Amino acid sequence: MSGTTRRPRERGQRSRGASVALHTALICASAISLFPVLFIVFVSLRGRDGWQEPTRFVGFDFSNYTHILSETKFLTWFGNSVIVALGATVLGVLIAATAGYAVSRMRFPGHRPLMWTFLVVQMFPMAVLIVPLYNILGELELLDSYAGLVLTYCSVSVPFCAWMLKGYFDSIPAEIDEAGRVDGLTPFGTFWRLIVPLARPGLAVTGFYSFITAWGEVAFASQFMSSEDHYTLAVGLQTFVGQQKAEWGLMTAAAVLITVPAGLVFFLAQRHLVAGLTAGGTKG
Amino acid sequence: MATVVTRVRRSFSTHWYAWAMVLPVVIVLAVLVGYPLGRGVYLSFTDANEANVGRTIGVNRIPATYQFVGLDNYWKVLSGQEGHFYSRLTWTVLWTASCVLLHYALGLGLALLLNRKVRFRALYRVLLILPWAVPAFVATFSWRLMFNEKYGVLNALLTQVGMDPVDWLGDATLQKVSAVAVNVWLGVPFMMVAILGGLQSIPAELHEAAEMDGASPWQRFRHVTLPGLRPVSGTVILLGVIWTFNMFQVIYLLIGQGASSESEILVTYSYRLAFQGVRDYAGSATYGILILSLLLVFAVFYRRLLTRQEAATR
Repeated sequence: MSGTTRRPRERGQRSRGASVALHTALICASAISLFPVLFIVFVSLRGRDGWQEPTRFVGFDFSNYTHILSETKFLTWFGNSVIVALGATVLGVLIAATAGYAVSRMRFPGHRPLMWTFLVVQMFPMAVLIVPLYNILGELELLDSYAGLVLTYCSVSVPFCAWMLKGYFDSIPAEIDEAGRVDGLTPFGTFWRLIVPLARPGLAVTGFYSFITAWGEVAFASQFMSSEDHYTLAVGLQTFVGQQKAEWGLMTAAAVLITVPAGLVFFLAQRHLVAGLTAGGTKG
Repeated sequence: MATVVTRVRRSFSTHWYAWAMVLPVVIVLAVLVGYPLGRGVYLSFTDANEANVGRTIGVNRIPATYQFVGLDNYWKVLSGQEGHFYSRLTWTVLWTASCVLLHYALGLGLALLLNRKVRFRALYRVLLILPWAVPAFVATFSWRLMFNEKYGVLNALLTQVGMDPVDWLGDATLQKVSAVAVNVWLGVPFMMVAILGGLQSIPAELHEAAEMDGASPWQRFRHVTLPGLRPVSGTVILLGVIWTFNMFQVIYLLIGQGASSESEILVTYSYRLAFQGVRDYAGSATYGILILSLLLVFAVFYRRLLTRQEAATR
């Protein structure tokens, strides 16, 4: 390639200065993204009042961790968060998968409005739904119950899952369906036996996304779960640092315990996550 | 008449399984979104609040006594009588614009850096995605500790270098700056990963051809990279605007409930109306409907803009 013009460098080679600049920029950005995380781990290991001296490196112990695991309801909240998020995920993905497939493969009357509905519901601010849902759940006596919160989260996760899954199904060649049909499968049979197994990664990622969304939801959970035994983590953590209390030591320990499992799972799933998010939207 | 029946029957026999497959979703949407939305719209035409909705106290059922007031709520809010709408709208738009702009610019910059051949690329990528892996509510609490006026690490660092400590979360302007900073920290990784995916889908031949034709790096960026990113950019910016406009957690948890309400965006204010003090269900519903209308108008215009751009480039 470089035979035509005489250049001091091979094509695609960087000068030393450009290399240094590139690495400097990346190191700075990495430091900014890493610092808060490291800082919280650091504070959580400094005991109950260590947070008041953020720049001293003394007094490391695990007392915050032992305290929240034994003296607070942290584990109960953790369980609640898992129950609610799992419920919303399973229900959301199950219901959304068939719809995503139908919208991806078949042209039927009502197809476009349905696609639009999926998209528009993404825009709903929870402010529109929270009061009516609060009243409805109150009527049904589902306030302060897992079922109520799971249903609430379905209103968010179902349209989203359907939208994402449509994108995944679009990326599976339609010839596969046709082959299934030729071999005498019904549309449902094709879906269950051919497409669902192929779309397993897509289902996993979609499920993971709705799990994370439900896991970290604050507004609905804060209002709908009123008894301490039913708090999710996002609500429970607010009791550590409120108007009168500032248990930052406990808060940071809880933060670490929440982030480690969530972060691990996240890194396994994130590669596929974005592909699905942007694939669903580009083809109307 | 008969033709209609046959047409319906024929349509049903061709599409029945498609309808059967979407039926569960339609039911869920109708019950959990459609009905509450209808009720929300209805509430916004009434004067419902905590004192006059139907409720049960012990064994006594108190019937609802709120009344239909027509467009009164909307008139109050939009004419400025209620007094907060326009200032909050301005701040919400500013908040959304600054967050999404920073998200996109930083995400694009980092994606371009990561798209090169660079040593430790995998490591950088993991480190830069880290903020996305932290649940938003956890990250917000953590930042609140770092911003703490007396014991926060940021002020500790400032005093180390001989500057005065700053009241990050107490001052009205700094509250907003802090909230934007936290949200940017949380949101850049998503944009970065999405744009990186877009960059990798641009065929290398295009860049090579442009280089052969003597295009400078800037020209290549302008005429190859940016157009190639258009589909991804369109989607992530739309998503980003919607998410940021409705971003509840960062504002609510960072600034707390005791802060100056100057820094409330429309969503958090609507929430406050519904659940703090005397619960003003009607006012909250009115705000909710207005937010939804704004977003819908934005989305329609945005889509139109995108289609026009696509038509212009073809």
